[in-house]
Amino acid sequence: MALFTLQDISVAYNKQNILKDFNLEIEKGKLVSLLGPSGCGKTTTLRLIAGFLKANEGKFLFKDKDYTKVPVNKRNFGFVFQNYALFPHLSIFDNIAFGLRLRKNSKAEIEKKVMNVLEIVNLKGFEKRYPQELSGGQKQRVAIARALVIEPDILLFDEPLSNLDANLRVNMRVEIRRIQQELGITTVYVSHDQEECFSISDQVAIMNKGVIEQLSDPATIYKYPETKFVADFIGFKNFIDFDERTDTGGKIELSKSGYSFVLDKDARMFNHAGKIGAIRPDDLLIREKGDAGAVQENSLSGRVKVSTYLGRSYQYVVETPIGDFIVNKEMTESYRMGQEIILEIPRNQMVLVD
Amino acid sequence: MQEKNRGLGLFTLLVFLFLLGPLLIISVTSFEGGNILKFPPEELSLRWYENIFHVEMFLVAFKTSILVSLGGNLLALLLGVPAAYALSRVEFKGKSVINAVFVSPILVPGIVLGFAFLRYIVGTYQLPIYAALFVGHTVIMLPFIIRVISSSLSNFDFSIEEAAESLGASKLGTFFTVVLPNIKSGILAAVMIAFLESFNNVDISVYMTGPGVSTFPIQMLTYVENYFDPTISAISVLLMFITAFFMFMVERLMGLSYFTKR
Ligand SMILES: Nc1ncnc2c1ncn2[C@@H]1O[C@H](COP(=O)(O)OP(=O)(O)OP(=O)(O)O)[C@@H](O)[C@H]1O
Ligand SMILES: [Mg+2]
Repeated sequence: MALFTLQDISVAYNKQNILKDFNLEIEKGKLVSLLGPSGCGKTTTLRLIAGFLKANEGKFLFKDKDYTKVPVNKRNFGFVFQNYALFPHLSIFDNIAFGLRLRKNSKAEIEKKVMNVLEIVNLKGFEKRYPQELSGGQKQRVAIARALVIEPDILLFDEPLSNLDANLRVNMRVEIRRIQQELGITTVYVSHDQEECFSISDQVAIMNKGVIEQLSDPATIYKYPETKFVADFIGFKNFIDFDERTDTGGKIELSKSGYSFVLDKDARMFNHAGKIGAIRPDDLLIREKGDAGAVQENSLSGRVKVSTYLGRSYQYVVETPIGDFIVNKEMTESYRMGQEIILEIPRNQMVLVD
Repeated sequence: MQEKNRGLGLFTLLVFLFLLGPLLIISVTSFEGGNILKFPPEELSLRWYENIFHVEMFLVAFKTSILVSLGGNLLALLLGVPAAYALSRVEFKGKSVINAVFVSPILVPGIVLGFAFLRYIVGTYQLPIYAALFVGHTVIMLPFIIRVISSSLSNFDFSIEEAAESLGASKLGTFFTVVLPNIKSGILAAVMIAFLESFNNVDISVYMTGPGVSTFPIQMLTYVENYFDPTISAISVLLMFITAFFMFMVERLMGLSYFTKR
């Protein structure tokens, strides 16, 4: 059963819809992240859940109760801000104790809970310091501790790691995941870093222009994007808009401008009616044009148009009769610009999307 | 190059003399031992400093000034803090107009403003002189309070308000537990700047003083018209010191940047 539900939510700024008929259900104990390009409405969604923002239409249900009009301070949701938002005039101890004092905890209880949460975030011994005296990573951990200590029903993160350097980001995201799983807190996590989202989430929602295009576990999204936007967003750089699609037994036959292709029918794609083929640059194969005997299956002849050195591999732009393709290829063999080659689409690597 | 620098140095010195000369002369004359204000003094003494405390009208006027400045300050704070907060936090139509209205007393010549007060506060509404002074000074101070506190709020990160709310604080509670403590030094600076502005004010007070009620600077004017002893010099030196002290405190609290940038 869902812990909370956003039902047909619409949000507009200056009469312009940012979210429209937005639906999202999240189960208890799960970490769901919202991923999408800048301006797609991730923060808006998060602020709506927190209660900072009122929806023009729709409902927010929490444990099946209508929470739409419940004010922020009555929700008991923790929010971790991108810029940490610590109280500069309070010590770390008092920052963390802030929510507990409002909940009328006794002095002894506050002391115990604060110390406990400081241990969880590995900041024991910092309680007397002030926020200005901490590094970015430490501040973020205080922010997390402050949100955790009130035992929130939902924990909300808005790009909590974007101000940290790359190494620290990786450490902190592992930490966040560990704490979240240890305490079993239902969490919504916003980021536009794909790797970050994929590595820590139970489920990822890919958003585009105020709409969730796909909500699945990370592995499914990575392998089986359902729409062209999702596919493009997660790195399927090559698209073929097929003219025809015929499903027969274990195979799917496709054609484009007279060229035909065959794909293995994957259980996941079974009911999918999409006709746009998508494939990652890493999954395309190229080889030298041999003596051009029989034309092999799923192959096209093409010509190297551009070749770029990527360090571990080369990236080629290959010109073919049905359009250009981007192909990544290990260093071992390299192709010259202008060289005639054969491009092959492996029958089990392409997905079909809407 | 060298020549040019020397010329520049001389010029700077002249400007300094021009600006500070009169103050220096006044300071020196305040130590006059004789009965008549003159420069240079014939003998040195502190008797005119002592005399300040023996002149009844100065003591009364000083009390009046302090009461009016402090009372008006309190009222201006009560109005100004919420106003400054609203102006920096809430987006609404006509905000710039309201902003302009609040700042306008700085832009309108005091002598005009004072006349308007005389006309309405004293004339139309028949307020007693004390009340008129009080209201007038509140109006003088309000724009300073609002501007200094607004500038302090412009450095305030409003997301910490949201953090407080998400932890369970009400809007009002957030204001007192999170906003106020973080603009404390701004408020203190605002109080001091406004106090100076009010305490040293002549052009508006002059319309609103009457028989038996006078603010300190007005009393000084009256005194100079009738007496020629160096008491005024002594008072001037004291006032300069008090003002300098306050400005020093404000500088410590906020930095003087407030005065140099809008
Ligand atoms: N206060 C506001 N007034 C008007 N428009 C706004 C406001 N806040 C956000 N928007 C608009 O709403 C849209 C969604 O914004 P939102 O902050 O949710 O994006 P986001 O997905 O969090 O982007 P980012 O990754 O850049 O943080 C954007 O087009 C933005 O311009
Ligand atoms: Mg955002």
